Amino acid sequence: MSIETTLRSFILENFLFTDDQDALANDDSFLERGIVDSTGIMEVITFVEERYGFTVENDEMVPENLDSVESLVGFVQSKQAG
Amino acid sequence: MCGIAGILNQGPGLPPSKSELRAMAAQLRHRGPEADGFWLDSRIGLAHTRLSIIDLEGGAQPIHNERKTVQVVLNGEIFNYVELRSELESRGHRFYTRTDTEVIVHLYEEVGEAFVEQLNGQFAIGLWDTETDRLVLARDRVGVVPLFFAEKEGRLLFASEVKALLPLLGSPRLDPVALDQIMTFWSPVSPRTAFQGVQELSPGEVLVGENGGRRRLKYWDWTFPASPDEVLSGSEGELAENLRALLLDATRIRLRADVPVAAYLSGGIDSSSLVSLIQQVDTSELRTFSIAFDTEGLDETAYQRLMIEHSEIENSGLICSQQDVAQGFPETIRHTEVPILRTAPTPLKLLSKSVRDHGYKVVLTGEGADEVLGGYDLFKEAKVRRFWARQPDSAWRPLLLQRLYPYLDLSSVRAQGYVRTFFGIGLDHPESVFFAHLPRWETTAKTKEFFSEDLRAELAGSALDAMAEAVPQAATQWHPFHRAQYVEAKSLLGGYLLNSQGDRMLMANSVEGRVPFLDHRVVEFSSRLDPRLKMKVLREKHLLKVAMRGFLPPEILDRPKQPYRAPDIQAFFAAGHANARYVDELLSEEVLKKYGYFDPKKVGLLKRKAESAGASSARDNQAFVGILSTQLWHYLFIDSYPTEFGNAPEHTGNHVD
Repeated sequence: MSIETTLRSFILENFLFTDDQDALANDDSFLERGIVDSTGIMEVITFVEERYGFTVENDEMVPENLDSVESLVGFVQSKQAG
Repeated sequence: MCGIAGILNQGPGLPPSKSELRAMAAQLRHRGPEADGFWLDSRIGLAHTRLSIIDLEGGAQPIHNERKTVQVVLNGEIFNYVELRSELESRGHRFYTRTDTEVIVHLYEEVGEAFVEQLNGQFAIGLWDTETDRLVLARDRVGVVPLFFAEKEGRLLFASEVKALLPLLGSPRLDPVALDQIMTFWSPVSPRTAFQGVQELSPGEVLVGENGGRRRLKYWDWTFPASPDEVLSGSEGELAENLRALLLDATRIRLRADVPVAAYLSGGIDSSSLVSLIQQVDTSELRTFSIAFDTEGLDETAYQRLMIEHSEIENSGLICSQQDVAQGFPETIRHTEVPILRTAPTPLKLLSKSVRDHGYKVVLTGEGADEVLGGYDLFKEAKVRRFWARQPDSAWRPLLLQRLYPYLDLSSVRAQGYVRTFFGIGLDHPESVFFAHLPRWETTAKTKEFFSEDLRAELAGSALDAMAEAVPQAATQWHPFHRAQYVEAKSLLGGYLLNSQGDRMLMANSVEGRVPFLDHRVVEFSSRLDPRLKMKVLREKHLLKVAMRGFLPPEILDRPKQPYRAPDIQAFFAAGHANARYVDELLSEEVLKKYGYFDPKKVGLLKRKAESAGASSARDNQAFVGILSTQLWHYLFIDSYPTEFGNAPEHTGNHVD
């Protein structure tokens, strides 16, 4: 499964509780749409860390890295490349 | 405490019958297991189930006046009955019992329905005046004791719990608007209940039924200074001393009973203060009861032990496991009679059972101190957000929030976006009456994402509208801190804490809870305090801490506040499976579809997330407990109606046997 498909499914099933692909666009902001709350962000980070085997550093926990499927995919790819 | 119920025939309907009253009383047995009392004529029927606490021998109800023209049933206690009685006796009234209840009939003779203003207590009252054919229902000021009513075929029905109305009302329906409100405020907005067509008598209200009609009047409400000259003056030390004196008197009159009185001990400042206050007015040995959790982060045993040693009290600790929470939850909903978003009531039901098993039937509790004296994080959070709203672009002002929520870890997470989104709600309207509550309500309202299409279609308008109507116009003149206190009293305190987590869990095991912090004199005093004395900078319940310094161990006085919580989602799952069969059954696609409130697919995914131990957010926890309790409510009150509440009693005439 591609990183994008994996992350999309994770967000759809665990935060929107649906498998309807139309429910989420890749550039939808998790914050603005109220998809992820303050404790939910920890679930996202835990998932990414467990799935891809790297650690998200404190200074990487910013919306630019974590606030949409698009930004998450970019973040995971850059971590894997680095 | 006790249970009361009654039927007023206001139209051409049939006269109340003894068998109907018996059917109502049978549903209230847990509130009053020791005796039943009835009173009946062609217009009115009164029922009482008794838990004997004062005048054990002579207190059978209904209680009447000298000429037997006034009959009264009481659930609760009139704590100032000693003082009221001596006044009434000096005016020539003769008493035939030693009860607190009897002062009501004589006060009524003196001043009519205004009698309620002279009572200091927690009560639900049903009073019948045979000379004027007038029924007076009254409920205490803050809502410690419940009272419900409904109308059917020209008859007014009332009872301490809704389940006593059900045999006469027929199979109920869940009010969708109530569910919408629960999924916003944690409880319906008074007077609405989960049952369509059933209302509660709101705290501080009297309902009079006479001449074929009804009128409701409010005799008391929380109110706050509209101008600085209404704020209490005096030094901090003087005001702290006044507060302690009031609390001592509130405690003293709540120790009045002909049975031994115990107390709840959580290890927090409220219950610890209460233990100290009790010991300051009564030197006899005190017995306390406490809860311990085997769930990390929820247990307060260390502080309880500190207080037990400090005060030399005998304590019974109850260990509550996650399994206990899951197993006890259905019975909890049977008692709350309303869907709830937290499991926290269940351990308190186990605790009241322990109290009863140890031979006690009255406990004092620290409930209400947070609302009256300013203890909640929400009050602090609002203070920071208000400070922030003065400079909305400030980068560092919101960082103060980290002092409240250390897990946000804002110093290292340069995540302004998150903070802004979670706590910035309403920042552009800092004068809104709901400013303090909007972030909490928005989080809670996320649970509505699970509503089915059918349920959504029934809902129109915002849940906030009903709450807006509940807030008086005068609130715009109050200090923002006081507005938050008012909204808190009208939402969480009255709807959830005193009811679902209070009275219902105590009375499930026939135990009466008494709450000195909610003595109306304490509430009225505290309401007139400068908000800065309640929340000094970000130090909560400041004046209480000043008042209690020297009486409590410093470790208790200065400990960070820990809200009482029980394990929520995690209580229901172990090793990837639901640990109680009803969870799988009630959350199955088939049952979800049949009941119709929630989207089966979404709930299925939430359940899967919970099974894999991945659900941890506040939103997931509230949604899961809310959905499960709604399903339980439907099962208990609709599916089970024929066996539990059916076989409606016949109108079998009018004789009393």
